[in-house]
Amino acid sequence: MEAVIVNNLIKTYPAEKKSVVKALNDISFKVNAGELFGVIGPDGAGKSTLFRILTTLLLADSGTAFVDGFDVVKDYKEIRKRVGYMPGKFSLYQDLSVEENLDFFATIFNTSIRENYDLIKDIYVQIAPFKTRRAGKLSGGMKQKLALCCALIHRPSVLFLDEPTTGVDAVSRKEFWEMLQQLKKQGITILVSTPYMDEASLCDRVALLQNGAILSIDKPTVITAQFNNTLLAVKADNMFGLLQVLRESGLAANSYPFGEYHHVVMKDNISIEELGNYLNQKGCTTVNIQKANANIEDCFIALMRNE
Amino acid sequence: MRTLKFLLQKEFRQIFRDPSIIRMILVMPVIQLILLPLAANFEVKNIHLAIVDHDHSSYTRQMINKITASGYFQLVGVNSNYTDAMHLVEKDEADIILEIPAQFERTLVKESEAPVFMAVNAINGTKANLGAAYLQNIIRNYNQDVRLQWLQMPHLNDQPRIEITTASWYNPHMSYQLFMVPGILAVLLTMVGAFMTSLNIVKEKEIGTIEQVNVTPIKKYHFILGKLIPFWILGLIVLTLGMLVARIVYGITPYGNMVTIYVFAMVYLLAVLGLGLLVSTYANTQQQSMLIAFFLMMIFVLLGGLYTSIDSMPDWAKTITKFNPVAYFISVIRMVVIKGSTLADISRQLLTVAGFAIFLNGWAVLNYKKRM
Repeated sequence: MEAVIVNNLIKTYPAEKKSVVKALNDISFKVNAGELFGVIGPDGAGKSTLFRILTTLLLADSGTAFVDGFDVVKDYKEIRKRVGYMPGKFSLYQDLSVEENLDFFATIFNTSIRENYDLIKDIYVQIAPFKTRRAGKLSGGMKQKLALCCALIHRPSVLFLDEPTTGVDAVSRKEFWEMLQQLKKQGITILVSTPYMDEASLCDRVALLQNGAILSIDKPTVITAQFNNTLLAVKADNMFGLLQVLRESGLAANSYPFGEYHHVVMKDNISIEELGNYLNQKGCTTVNIQKANANIEDCFIALMRNE
Repeated sequence: MRTLKFLLQKEFRQIFRDPSIIRMILVMPVIQLILLPLAANFEVKNIHLAIVDHDHSSYTRQMINKITASGYFQLVGVNSNYTDAMHLVEKDEADIILEIPAQFERTLVKESEAPVFMAVNAINGTKANLGAAYLQNIIRNYNQDVRLQWLQMPHLNDQPRIEITTASWYNPHMSYQLFMVPGILAVLLTMVGAFMTSLNIVKEKEIGTIEQVNVTPIKKYHFILGKLIPFWILGLIVLTLGMLVARIVYGITPYGNMVTIYVFAMVYLLAVLGLGLLVSTYANTQQQSMLIAFFLMMIFVLLGGLYTSIDSMPDWAKTITKFNPVAYFISVIRMVVIKGSTLADISRQLLTVAGFAIFLNGWAVLNYKKRM
């Protein structure tokens, strides 16, 4: 059964001089129940717009969407009872304490903390020592945990997390994803959006979103397996000079900085030796060339270029 | 009901946790009520007067004494010619020049009338107007005194005279504070009711909490009531505080029934809360809502009859005041406090304000959307 069905969603925003910005351009996809589904895309790709439409905060221009079998326009009341939503911006009452916030959201969902404590227990124990502290005085990671608790307190069937890890340190990010894996085991369908490509591999399936359109949608492993070209990681003394040489060489289909290496997507029929010789010839020193495995980011860049 | 109770609990918690709100709601009205009526006063005092006396007679001396003894005028210069006096006006040291011509006394005695000349610095219109009027009044009185001396009380007056005696009803001592304090109280209540509400709701928009609340099954009317009820109560608290200040500081006790004021205030607060809610549905930031508040407040106060009488406004302005809820409250609270009007006397205003309440709240609720 599908937890989320999206059919041909279009959403435009008015821009200057009567033109419009297409935030979502004819998007369709399905999310299976119990899946951890990632929406990956850079800023401005349309992730938040998509989440707002699915959580009934925003009306689409055209197209239909169903969450848990309910239409987001007609049955919005039902949807609001059964989804959890964590906006990209911290949206709890900063002047209320941790406990009061949680209590407040439990009450307006007609439930209580005690009733669903088992669901949030693992997360809540981490912030419990600060339960009398005001939410505004918590650290970034703590705020995220509290917001997740508040989004979960009514035991939602579908959880929407809009960029939950943006602005959170690496350790907290890792913890956060572990928490999501735990929640998945409870049978909750989770849609999570993120601009971090490295988080894609933690999802069951991902949709790569760019300029309001879906570039690819599949299991992360399937997407990376579809990367056909040879991918090399290249390093030299002068990294900036190296990138210029690579781009002028005509041997690479694409080259871009990638951590401490440059990733080079090779054109067909060109061997590693050929590239090595070329670079030495151009005066690059201590050149180090390795084969690399394509990850989601490489796929994303390749898909963007094919657009 | 349980949801509403919880919303109210949350709202009051937030209000009492924010020291600036408490300060605004409690301290600001008290200070304003104590300061404004004392400072803002229509009576013009300390008018700087320059006298150019070409006569130097006993009559002119008497007249000058009478003028300075009135307490309204402060003699800043006795000059020998008009040009010197005019310099004083140019330097903004004198407001009025009184020029007494040479042979004033002789002309007065011989022809039983004599002209004096008055030049008024009219940059400040009110001061010029009132100052000239006071001065004329004093000179007229002086004139009468002189005549009485000369006439030596004949049995029949040689000139028919009409003497006017005035009686000030409702405010016998023409106390300015009795008039001002209730008016300022009305304005304060409007500020708390309309603008604190809109700021509060817009703050939720700005911080984003409203987005989180909107995806919950919470009902629209629950959320709105949860916002309006606390400020309705706060408004009544401000009114009570204001009445206490009026009583303790100014000794003003309403001539009419306190209940009448509260009944009207309860309905009135509904109207201004509706206005606040309406502003909040249009404004997206606290800054926007603040600017709208300033704009509306200016109009409400200046076209509300707080400082200037509505009766003396041009017709188009009078029409605008008919749509100004503050004007109704100011007039009602004055009627009840000063004149002792009853509920029956203010029923027209009460119904009009109730109409405002329904209209503004209706518009606001229609315009309030849980979707963006």
